[in-house]
Amino acid sequence: MIRSDIIKNLIPVISNEFVVCNIGLPSQELHMMDDQPTNFYMLGTMGLSSSIGLGLALAQDKTVISIDGDGSVLTNFGTLPTIANNVADNFILFIVDNGSYGSTGDQPTYAGQKTSLTKVAEACGCENVIECQAEEAVDVMTAAIASKKMTIIVCKCESGNIKVPVITMDPVVIRDRFMRELAAANAE
Amino acid sequence: MSVNDRIVADFVKNKIELVTTVPCKQLAGVIEKIEESKDIYHIPSNKEDEGMGICAGAYMGGKRSAIIMQNTAIGVTVNTLVTLTQYYRMPLPMLISYRGELGEPVACQVEMAVHTKALLAQLNIPTYHFHKEDDADELDAILKHCFMCNKPVAILTDASFWKGY
Repeated sequence: MIRSDIIKNLIPVISNEFVVCNIGLPSQELHMMDDQPTNFYMLGTMGLSSSIGLGLALAQDKTVISIDGDGSVLTNFGTLPTIANNVADNFILFIVDNGSYGSTGDQPTYAGQKTSLTKVAEACGCENVIECQAEEAVDVMTAAIASKKMTIIVCKCESGNIKVPVITMDPVVIRDRFMRELAAANAE
Repeated sequence: MSVNDRIVADFVKNKIELVTTVPCKQLAGVIEKIEESKDIYHIPSNKEDEGMGICAGAYMGGKRSAIIMQNTAIGVTVNTLVTLTQYYRMPLPMLISYRGELGEPVACQVEMAVHTKALLAQLNIPTYHFHKEDDADELDAILKHCFMCNKPVAILTDASFWKGY
């Protein structure tokens, strides 16, 4: 299984949740398969999906899922200690770990070699770190949402990409509709 | 009231509820006051671009936020300021220690000081420079301006303002 298979399988589980999606192909895949206001697509700024998600989770009560990648977590490694030390139980960090920089042509990352993001997250002090295989992603995500505990999921899968169109939506539209939906959900 | 207390009071008055910081010797006093504030959630960042991501999330979650950092961070955060804060049109007050100005004992800090205002101007970031303590009288208006126009705004605070480095 590759990243797009995981995202496709996760849609029934995360469709009603607020999702921050990583730059490049992950956002383009989610946008193509299940575009809706509860998705915040990153059009730039590699590495910050987890930071944006943490800020969102700390600021309000609804569950926030950041879909991240191994390459992006490596880019913003400082995020893991910050997450560990600022626990938000409505935050789930889902790292698609395909051992490659998928959006730039599948160059290998260190996470696919000697470096274990699971162990790094644990060493940083993160408490609920779950490593799973792509086939287990739906069950693990379902349990994480139900647990109401901050959870870091490192989902191992194969590298590879499908053809997807770029997102042409205006960034302010993406941000505005996301904020309105989130404010409405919190007002209920 | 000390200048550090005044800064925090203006943050609170403007409903800033989350502040992320990356330390600088000049900012140690104000960071301590942020940590002590009951009205502000203080979240130290390991790198300034990470902090800007957290602020972006907090804003979308309905909370006003700010970042406190050194001017060297302008070199670190150009991409984040442009592709996140500005591209998605988000407010971000940046209280910045302006290292490398008069009174600076560390020569290397001057290397970034000479680029600081030029970079901010290139990025079209509204920039204010606090040189004397009374300059902080404008902070309240600067914060209101920032949240009015949904832009990152830079407040440079030099060694003279802090009465030493």
